[in-house]
Amino acid sequence: MLEIEIDGKKTTVAPGSTVMDAARALGVHIPHFCYHKKLSIAASCRMCLVEVEKAPKPLPACATPVTAGMVVKTHSNAAVTAQKGVMEFLLINHPLDCPICDQGGECHLQDIAVGYGAGESRYREEKRIVPNKDLGPLITTEMTRCIHCSRCVRFTEEVAGYQELGLAHRGEHSEVMPFLGKTVNSEISGNVIDLCPVGALTSKPFRYTVRAWELSRRKSIAPHDGLGSNLIVQVKNHKVMRVLPLENEAINECWLSDRDRFSYEALNSASRATKPQVKKDGQWIETDWQSALELVAGKLKDTVAAHGRDSVAALATPNSTVEELFMLRKLMAGLGVEQVETRLRAADFRLHTAGATWLGQSIAELAQSDAVLVIGSNIRKEQPLLAQRLRQSAKRGMKLSVLNPARYDLLAPLAGELIVRPDQMVEALLTVLKAACEAAGKTAPAHIDLSSIEVCDASRSIAATLTAHSAILLGNLAAHHPRYAELHAAAAALAELSGAKLGVMSEAANTVGAQLIGAETSGNLFASPKKALILLNAEVQFDCHNATEALAAVRAADFVVALNPFADGVKDYADVILPVAPFTETSGTFVNMEGRAQSFNGVVRPLGETRPAWKVLRVLGNVLGFNGFDYESSEAIRDEALAGDIAPRLSNALKAPVAVKAQAASGLVRLGEVPLYQLDALTRRAPALQATADAAEPALRANAATLAGLSLKAGDSACAAQAGGKALLCVREDTTLPDGVIHIAGSHPLTTGLGGLFAPVTVERAG
Amino acid sequence: MPQLLSNEARALIDREVAKYPAEHKRSAVMGALRIAQTEHRWLSEELVAEVADYLQMAPVAVYEVASFYNMYDLKPVGRYKLTVCTNLPCALSGGVTAAEYLKQKLGIGFGETTADGKFTLVEGECMGACGSAPVMLVNNHKMCASMTPDEIDKKLGELE
Ligand code: SF4
Ligand code: FES
Ligand code: FES
Repeated sequence: MLEIEIDGKKTTVAPGSTVMDAARALGVHIPHFCYHKKLSIAASCRMCLVEVEKAPKPLPACATPVTAGMVVKTHSNAAVTAQKGVMEFLLINHPLDCPICDQGGECHLQDIAVGYGAGESRYREEKRIVPNKDLGPLITTEMTRCIHCSRCVRFTEEVAGYQELGLAHRGEHSEVMPFLGKTVNSEISGNVIDLCPVGALTSKPFRYTVRAWELSRRKSIAPHDGLGSNLIVQVKNHKVMRVLPLENEAINECWLSDRDRFSYEALNSASRATKPQVKKDGQWIETDWQSALELVAGKLKDTVAAHGRDSVAALATPNSTVEELFMLRKLMAGLGVEQVETRLRAADFRLHTAGATWLGQSIAELAQSDAVLVIGSNIRKEQPLLAQRLRQSAKRGMKLSVLNPARYDLLAPLAGELIVRPDQMVEALLTVLKAACEAAGKTAPAHIDLSSIEVCDASRSIAATLTAHSAILLGNLAAHHPRYAELHAAAAALAELSGAKLGVMSEAANTVGAQLIGAETSGNLFASPKKALILLNAEVQFDCHNATEALAAVRAADFVVALNPFADGVKDYADVILPVAPFTETSGTFVNMEGRAQSFNGVVRPLGETRPAWKVLRVLGNVLGFNGFDYESSEAIRDEALAGDIAPRLSNALKAPVAVKAQAASGLVRLGEVPLYQLDALTRRAPALQATADAAEPALRANAATLAGLSLKAGDSACAAQAGGKALLCVREDTTLPDGVIHIAGSHPLTTGLGGLFAPVTVERAG
Repeated sequence: MPQLLSNEARALIDREVAKYPAEHKRSAVMGALRIAQTEHRWLSEELVAEVADYLQMAPVAVYEVASFYNMYDLKPVGRYKLTVCTNLPCALSGGVTAAEYLKQKLGIGFGETTADGKFTLVEGECMGACGSAPVMLVNNHKMCASMTPDEIDKKLGELE
């Protein structure tokens, strides 16, 4: 340890620490622009100059390593003179257009200029002007304001994994730009807005809407992926204007995925339902809550009475809160109905675990693993910030391997890779399991048949990376897989054998919470026809594994009630629409993938006559005359729903063995990924996200050999058909896919005519 | 995409790459850009992207380097690119005069190319040859010293 004194305060720091680190530890503020704790040191702005005893000239605190007995002064005459000098130079070319700059009021340059800048500029010459760049639909540029700190450049390279921005040219001609004609397409690109210390990079959707100081800041929890990022939601006049990260080192660090940052636009969308609506003779009629609820209660009761309790079922998305799901389940129990399901995109319900499936450890612990094997996950698009964490770990030496149905680019060094058809993922995993068995001289559990499995070098090297301090993760492509139970069972056996921890990366914000309160009781609801259906936040054409089957089921039902913030998605098949609050208009709780329950409050008033779903369900219970529906608050519901410790109720261990056996595969198989911005009702309606490259229309993608076999080429139109339906799509070549795989995204208006996400598919040229 | 770099150029780049540890392939970027430019006379966007691809770098990272150093040309140049040093030591010994003479003789300014596409004139920075000022560089590789107007006439006459 090295001793250092800064402004008279003494501390000791580890060798290798910089003066900036020591100052931060002491709580001494040194002005800076280019320094950022999560980025490499650039030392390009020179704002952090400090006086160091015995050094002949001021030194940059961010890039000066501490030496034993160093004495630093951050406010001495020499230091302040240097800092003021730097400030004067930084302002030479800065336009000083704060009155029309979105960053005004939250700008580092503005703040530091107040502290260190002169009241008037001595610079009388011409200022430079830098043309703006088109970085895509999320980030707007005002490049003349750029002070070349290079934070944005370093972010794309070091954190997002691919350098999409560069600092081109030299000296006074330096410009931050993407490669000619490219935009910034990272799924976590919005963080450069927070990083930019000036107003050069600002939010495009937020631009010119409101001044930063007019906004109030409210805490919340992201409602999309399973990470549960902490949010600051900024509101004005009961309208959500912007979403920023709330720093939580254990979860999202200081970052936010673009999905979490920009999905708020949907909250103010014109397709919000604001009044209860009832369909009469094919016409939608607005009504009051009392009549709507009485109608719903009556219909549900009558249906159960007439057709029995199995004729009614409830579907909810796993983005619904603990409170909502608990009340839904309780209401159904009151009616005697058992079928409540949130695993809407799952296709295999054979798996029974000893508890709620989860990450198997905390996110922070996972990042410390020696090795991680990811099975069935386009992880950058499924869990953008978890992918970011693993990328940092992989750069530090963690061995990252994947077993996937496509060669997704993780933008991280890989130790091993097995890319196989979706219907051979179980078999590929068995090769790894067999390799691990052979290496350890052990046998697999009896329910797993390895007899026909041939081990290859790739599986051997992946198996070799797995040690006691490693993890095996199952992603969405595994969870949606028709043989999920086998994938999970084989992964569990591999974990057992190697000592690795098995983890499930939950698809949605409350997937774990839904399991904890038992909102997963029925398996495939559509296996038998239903007379009445209750849909909580669910748009079945987008939220279910098999869109065709789901649509047929809701159309065949006599009565469908949709509790949804939006009307347009369910209008086709619902009979009653009850407008319920999205996450910003209700209090609630999400349990993230590491089993952490995070409660949040509503940040704005519900829009129009919208009501929180937990209240709607409570009133329904009362109208039906059920007991125990008199909760005063969502907290009271939560305390009952999640009573006791969560940890003991989490488990990925199999309760009953699942028979796993290799199967042969042939023909064409669909790879039906759910696109990043089709995950849930909010993201599907966020205009800026929908304009990104990630939201491009789904195409029929296959590799060159597969296309040749079909006599198709890129640019053709083709008709894909699966049991029950078809879709007409544009053909694209995709070199990341194995032979025989037809990539057609699911959960999208263009593909709702198709069936199972991983089912066989036939393809014909169209036109 | 059609391949722009010839196999010979690729072989030369491989030699540059071999000078560095395997995981530091990108260290060869300056050499690779030089080789690419020598072959194609200037670095088009497509060529920069191809070099990036070859070295497994992000194209913008290669562009940063290509735009930083003024001996890389990001726009087409004439058959002969004449770079005249006008930094102080040269300026004190006739560098500016040499440049002015060239401008008037070729009828072009700095950064311009003659109508027949033969000459491009560029203002250069110190080439470390101040002792032989004024100096002029032909096509980045051929250094010409003591460029008095007579010498310039002679040199231009040699360039076909
Ligand atoms: S755009 Fe902003 S973050 Fe990027 S270099 Fe310029 S000032 Fe820094
Ligand atoms: S913060 Fe130290 S040089 Fe920029
Ligand atoms: S100043 Fe011209 S070569 Fe040095």
